[in-house]
Amino acid sequence: MNIVVCVKHVPDTEAAIKPLPDGSGVATEGLNYVLNPYDEFAVEEAVKIKEAGGDTQVTVITVGPDGATKSLRTAIAMGADEAVHLNDPVFLETDAQGTAVILAAAIQTLPFDLILCGKQAVDDDCAQVGPALAELLGIPSVSVVTQLELEGDGKKATVHRELEGATEVLECTLPAVLTTQKGLNEPRYPALPMIMKAKRKEIRTLDASALGLSPDAFAPRTETVEVSSPPPRQGGRILEGDVAEVVREAVRLLKEEAKLL
Amino acid sequence: MRSVPRERSITPPATNSPEGRQAVDFAFTEEHEILRETIRDFAKNEMAPVAAELDAEAKFPRDIVMKLGELGFMGMMIPSAYGGSELDAVAYVIALEEISKVCASTGVTVSVQNSLVCQPLFDHGSEEQKKKYLAPLASGKLLGAFSLTEPEAGSDVANVQSTAVLEGDHYVVNGNKIFVTTGGDADVILLFVSTDREKKSKGMSALILEKGTLGFSLGKKENKMGMRASSTYELILEGARIPKENLLGQEGDGMKIALKALDGGRIGIAAQALGIAQACLEESIEYSKQRRQFGKAICEFQAIQWMLADMATEIEAARLLIFKAAEMKDRGKRYTKEAAMAKLYASETAMRAAIKAVQIHGGYGYMKDYPVERHFRDAKLTEIYEGTSEIQRLVIAAILLR
Repeated sequence: MNIVVCVKHVPDTEAAIKPLPDGSGVATEGLNYVLNPYDEFAVEEAVKIKEAGGDTQVTVITVGPDGATKSLRTAIAMGADEAVHLNDPVFLETDAQGTAVILAAAIQTLPFDLILCGKQAVDDDCAQVGPALAELLGIPSVSVVTQLELEGDGKKATVHRELEGATEVLECTLPAVLTTQKGLNEPRYPALPMIMKAKRKEIRTLDASALGLSPDAFAPRTETVEVSSPPPRQGGRILEGDVAEVVREAVRLLKEEAKLL
Repeated sequence: MRSVPRERSITPPATNSPEGRQAVDFAFTEEHEILRETIRDFAKNEMAPVAAELDAEAKFPRDIVMKLGELGFMGMMIPSAYGGSELDAVAYVIALEEISKVCASTGVTVSVQNSLVCQPLFDHGSEEQKKKYLAPLASGKLLGAFSLTEPEAGSDVANVQSTAVLEGDHYVVNGNKIFVTTGGDADVILLFVSTDREKKSKGMSALILEKGTLGFSLGKKENKMGMRASSTYELILEGARIPKENLLGQEGDGMKIALKALDGGRIGIAAQALGIAQACLEESIEYSKQRRQFGKAICEFQAIQWMLADMATEIEAARLLIFKAAEMKDRGKRYTKEAAMAKLYASETAMRAAIKAVQIHGGYGYMKDYPVERHFRDAKLTEIYEGTSEIQRLVIAAILLR
């Protein structure tokens, strides 16, 4: 079975994020970048399927800058076999839809039975690439997957999808794109010998011309107008007085000021 | 990295803030960064939640240590042919700092197995010994210990009184050893004994002792001030019979083997002390931003700022010394002086940082609710074991005066 896992190189969620002074984007200088946490579930699932037996090859692929090789190597250290780096400065100027176009162009040249990716990237939280990729490839997609069982012949999968307060169970033909959610598995810590082996792995790098893509094909259809910080948290207010008064005043404030009632 | 993001973060933790992250990058490679993040995540998820409890109950975290072994942390610099992870000394320092930031006791357990057990076996072991002992130790399947210290032999290493006499196919060993890290849980112990009292330091030999050997028993488990999640035991040898194949190197090589092992161990302990100091700094920064007195956060007072600045500067200096020693080791240069300087400076820095950290935390720093009081108790031992600060100074001076 051939599994392709799409990953993204994103800022560490523990970093303090600030907008640029001119509001044109997020200040990225000095940020530490890591493998997108939701993509870790995708990589882990692919490696688990590989370890369950049968002849499975896991290829991890990313659209990202030079530094994205670190996330690719982290995935290899977790057990992925091959890595493809779609690296071209113009690739970085597009949006989620454009990224899906780029990935589709590359994935079309690979054998694939299953495509896994995290449900969203923790930097832009778009959650679009997975489903968009499926549309471009003409295959089904299921998002927010918390459980995956492959049928014996590798042609179908039973998938659990997390909804608010319920679980949807779906049957899906393969190939398909499944986007992964927390709870699907426990991503492994890469073992040190694997980290060292990953260092020596050759990563295949492709740019726009290697993919035969003209910039129009993946031009962004959205434009970031402004990035700003949310308003600072207001302090709480303490109401004093006897209980009945305080309750009346609290209800009034919730209704008239906070407009919650 | 291990957990998906919290929806809202009120105060970003100090770990990844510009102030908390180390200021010198020292040209780390990509795999160094992946290693650092892996062990940092492991420490945060698996070790941090239990560190205080392990300290309070003086409990050895066997499961955590075995898991670290599975991930390759117990034989970091050993070649993969012998079950190791084949990393360089710089990677070793990175790993030990991250582990020790969260639990210094686990740091010393890992450091001892790497530098004082695996390394001497690799440097001096026969092919059979490497297959039998080094491979399972380096891959973390077995736990190891290094046993040199005795009641009458601390800094005075040559004064080892335990004896080993060759009788037929076995050495018969009599004596007792104290202060053995992981002594009670180790499967394999590197034991230093005297095979020829007349020759004094040149009459010492190293033997590989297996747990369960007839005549070998455990004495008391020490009740320590700090490093309490590291198990420290007395070993009793009464006619213990060790096969002669378990002699490491030649008879009389013991002192040389021990001192060479301790050289490498110095880098490990320095990294451990660095981790403790770094934890003190990060926690003090965070606390000083939140604690308010006299109408402001205490980090706005100069007294606190100066303490933080001094801590950070000394930690940076210690870091540079340690990485220098590590790089020299990696390049195959003699690094005895640099390792001694690194161990000396990092351990004394850790103690000073811990004192300041408790002071910055004020009354709360004295309470077990906050980790700084544990760092204070843990830091002190780094100035004593694997060569006291006094011995380090003698080592450095001897090289200067050559």
